[in-house]
Amino acid sequence: MKTFDYRRADTIEAATHANGRFIAGGTNLLDLMKLQVETPERLVDISRLDLDTIEERDDGGLTIGALVPNSDLAADPRVVAKYEVLSRALLAGASGQLRNKASTGGNLLQRTRCYYFYDTATRCNKREPGSGCDAIGGFNRILAVLGTSDHCIATHPSDMAVAMRALDAVIVTQKPDGDKRRISIHDFYRLPGDTPQIETVLESGELITHVELPAPPTGKQVYRKVRDRASYAFALVSVAGVVEVKDGVIASAALAFGGLGPMPWRNPAVEAAIVGKAPSTQAFEAAADALLADARGYGSNDFKIPLARRTLIATLRDLTA
Amino acid sequence: MSILGKLFGSDDAETNALVMDEPRPHSFLDHGAQDVIGKPINRVEGPLKVTGRAPYAAEYPAERLAYGVLVRATFGSGKITKIDDSAARALPGVIDVVADYDTFIRSPGQGGATEAPPQGVQEVHYFGEPVAVVVGETFEAARDGAAAVRLEYDEADASYAFAAHKDQGKEPKEDQIPGHSKQGDFAGAFDKAAVKIDVTYTTPSQNSTAMEPHASIAEWRDDTLILHGAYQMVASDQQQLAKALGVSADKVRIIARFVGGGFGSKLGIAPESVAAAVAAKKLGRPVKIVLARQQVYEATVRRSNTEQRIRLGTDANGKIDALSHNSLVTNTPYEQYWEPVAIGTHFLYGGENREMNHDLIALNLNAAGSMRAPGEAVGMMGLECAMDELAEQLGIDPIELRRRNEPAQEPEKGIPFSSRNLIPALEKGAQLFGWSQRKKAGTDRRGEWLHGMGVSSAVRTNMLMKSAAKVTLTTDGRAIIDTDMTDIGTGSYTILAQIAAETLGLPVEKVVVHLGDGKAPPSSGSGGSWGAGSAGSSVYLACEKIREKLAKSMGVAVEEMTLKDGRAIADNRVVPITELIDENLGVIGQIEPGKQEKKFHQAGYGAHFCAVKVNVVTGEVRVERMLGVFAAGRILNEKTARSQCLGGMTFGIGAAMTEEMIHDDRNGKVVNRDMAEYHVPSHADVPHLEVHFLEERDIHVNPIHAKGIGELGISGAGAAVANAIFNATGVRVRDFPITCDKIIEQLPFDA
Repeated sequence: MKTFDYRRADTIEAATHANGRFIAGGTNLLDLMKLQVETPERLVDISRLDLDTIEERDDGGLTIGALVPNSDLAADPRVVAKYEVLSRALLAGASGQLRNKASTGGNLLQRTRCYYFYDTATRCNKREPGSGCDAIGGFNRILAVLGTSDHCIATHPSDMAVAMRALDAVIVTQKPDGDKRRISIHDFYRLPGDTPQIETVLESGELITHVELPAPPTGKQVYRKVRDRASYAFALVSVAGVVEVKDGVIASAALAFGGLGPMPWRNPAVEAAIVGKAPSTQAFEAAADALLADARGYGSNDFKIPLARRTLIATLRDLTA
Repeated sequence: MSILGKLFGSDDAETNALVMDEPRPHSFLDHGAQDVIGKPINRVEGPLKVTGRAPYAAEYPAERLAYGVLVRATFGSGKITKIDDSAARALPGVIDVVADYDTFIRSPGQGGATEAPPQGVQEVHYFGEPVAVVVGETFEAARDGAAAVRLEYDEADASYAFAAHKDQGKEPKEDQIPGHSKQGDFAGAFDKAAVKIDVTYTTPSQNSTAMEPHASIAEWRDDTLILHGAYQMVASDQQQLAKALGVSADKVRIIARFVGGGFGSKLGIAPESVAAAVAAKKLGRPVKIVLARQQVYEATVRRSNTEQRIRLGTDANGKIDALSHNSLVTNTPYEQYWEPVAIGTHFLYGGENREMNHDLIALNLNAAGSMRAPGEAVGMMGLECAMDELAEQLGIDPIELRRRNEPAQEPEKGIPFSSRNLIPALEKGAQLFGWSQRKKAGTDRRGEWLHGMGVSSAVRTNMLMKSAAKVTLTTDGRAIIDTDMTDIGTGSYTILAQIAAETLGLPVEKVVVHLGDGKAPPSSGSGGSWGAGSAGSSVYLACEKIREKLAKSMGVAVEEMTLKDGRAIADNRVVPITELIDENLGVIGQIEPGKQEKKFHQAGYGAHFCAVKVNVVTGEVRVERMLGVFAAGRILNEKTARSQCLGGMTFGIGAAMTEEMIHDDRNGKVVNRDMAEYHVPSHADVPHLEVHFLEERDIHVNPIHAKGIGELGISGAGAAVANAIFNATGVRVRDFPITCDKIIEQLPFDA
């Protein structure tokens, strides 16, 4: 851990002007700092900001403070009742202790769990731009099969963000100049391309203050996570699904995926393959085809492609049963 | 003064030494009036541990303590040409960068070795080899310094990938078992066999992942080194350390009062001990080094990966006539240790024609060494799955198959078993588990889940090691035990107190146990499941002699005297034992292995039963329940023994389903270096585990009649899980761990 300066922000304005790396729960950042994967010169502690409440809006949606702990969000009665997919995704992540400490905003910004990103003795374009990627050609069992580039095949590790992507969440931020932005989660993350070190559209000093959930969706909600052990393991594949069947026809569908890509993954073509159709194996297979049309394995992660296909089809059966 | 007395600088304590040449049918533990032996009493040191008052190696205070962090080689093989420490030295708080190419050890010492581990780190043999230590005023400064050190090196050609070097195996030197062994005509008998199994199983490298990382605090007092270390075998570790440092053994004292798990990874000294000692000497102040978890994975011993070819040839009824278990194992090029995969196969089942070969492949990976049940832990996964395959092929119940191959005597040496309750364990387990409910493979589907049951035998060779302990009966009515035996979380403190309490007729609270100090009488240490039998016997022998002296003082024959609650009862008299001694009475007990282990084959036996469900969509496996029955001689404490078995069964779940240390084939680097990615089972992976013990006494093993138990619980456990997965799915995965990717494509997902 490199020596760093520490400031505690008392206001959002002060935080955005403090010119440092924000820290809330620190469940990911501190680990990475100890390994010198992250070497911020200044930490700006935002944990005392007044951003830890969940408010119901007039439109029926929820506005979640960026500092709401994962465990509180998962247990909130409104979330449990109306956004079940989010509650289940949160509880599928990490461990009880980590969920108590991890914040909503921080969870969105988790760094990848790529083995090579975690070891400064290896090449990693995300950690050290231009150095190369040892995961390609190396052991990449947990890494991405969608949205990869020749520069990076990392996955985004969050479960929460996958559910939020299925729920069309909006990320509310404030910039140092006081401007507030409302960024759709669909526009929030960036593909690696040749700049895998840039993971989101956040600008320097821009702070996530809230996450807005639109009014609760109609239909059935499911979060299904496939992992190597029953708890405390990142997703090999996960599916967050919200599907409504009306009169024997799929009226609406929202499907997002974890463990497959560099961001919580959502592809409108997957939903288009089933909306307006009666639930059927044929339709579900078409959805899987759409999801995996451009999938590419890198050796030890090849299995994710058939695993994703099977998991999606089974989840759709469950959602339309 | 006795020789032992001189060694420990103690008083003229009398010695009661026993070489286990003859059976020892009588034990006071069977006749004690205190009634504490075997009882499931809580750990005597438990309150210290749960209140944070049990100091582990890294927790001792020392004046002017400096903190060291090891610098790792960031390449897989080659020669260091320069250690550029300028940036490190410029950091505030960094005191020194200590590099001593010749003295630092390349990899940890092996268990029980009394020579220095391989030394010399300028030539790097594996990625992550510790090559220097940065010492700071704070841990943080040292850690930053270690990250700032740059190595210049000439890289050398090396062998990293197992798959590419499978033809490079060489017969290793005989160790516990011969590298190669043959009996009869295996090839001929296999050729003629009516039923044949010829299968190859692989198991990955593993790491013990003890909760406490390896740690040492080195402090020189004059010319003597005091090292608080996280070690399992203090006496031999002192010798390893002394020889590595080039000082005489009496100038090194290791103290390991509490050890947070070892599982073999702390049998020999690890690199931090020598580095701390060298740095402390150079700086003239104590130095503490605690390995980071990543360093534990990189620079402490792993369990070797294995490739095991198992061939079983039987008659039409499943009686084995030809049995072969040949293995490839790996280690670093300079290491001699090899995983004795077939150690249990040698005697578990009958069969005239036998072949068990091990070939060692030198790879530039971190060193392999002993990890919980070396040999059986992996060998039984191969053998017991192959037996399951054989039963399936024969169409007979796996337990019946084992019944038909139960040997009357040890099948290779032709000597009797000292005690053997394999079949009773299988039968009792079958009844308790509901084995008769098992269905044909792949037929029990409920929704998305396939259900199945599996069984495996368990076996672990029993060992007795030379071990000494001093027991002092004090004039205030306490017994004080001094031995360098360790408690690595196993319960040594508690069972030693129970043995003394039972033999001397004292409440357990009146027994004070001092462990882990290298100045105390040398013990077996903790390893190989021999600790309870060996150290326990030494305590027992000391107490036995004290009993004799009390009887003499009372003027009665020892067998006429009953000891209970601090009083001696005989001849219609009740006398406080404190009145039978004028001064503190110290006796050294010492046990040594003898002819009994040559005349009788000694091992613990058991059986594992497991029920799993496998998801047909994802291939995820969930263990639903598991039951073990074990026969390991006298159970000294029913609770700590049970805990050992629960831990072993949990290890088995990990071995079957999740645990795998992955090396990058391009440079031998350990890829998954933390507990997020090296998957030991989480609580959610471990369901209800049930443990039962069979009543057993073994008069041939030691005077307390107890066999080893710490490693019996893991033996075969993984195979029971794997066999249950087969029974659930009808799919046989022969490449451990059985992760979903290896099975999904064969599962009946009707898309």
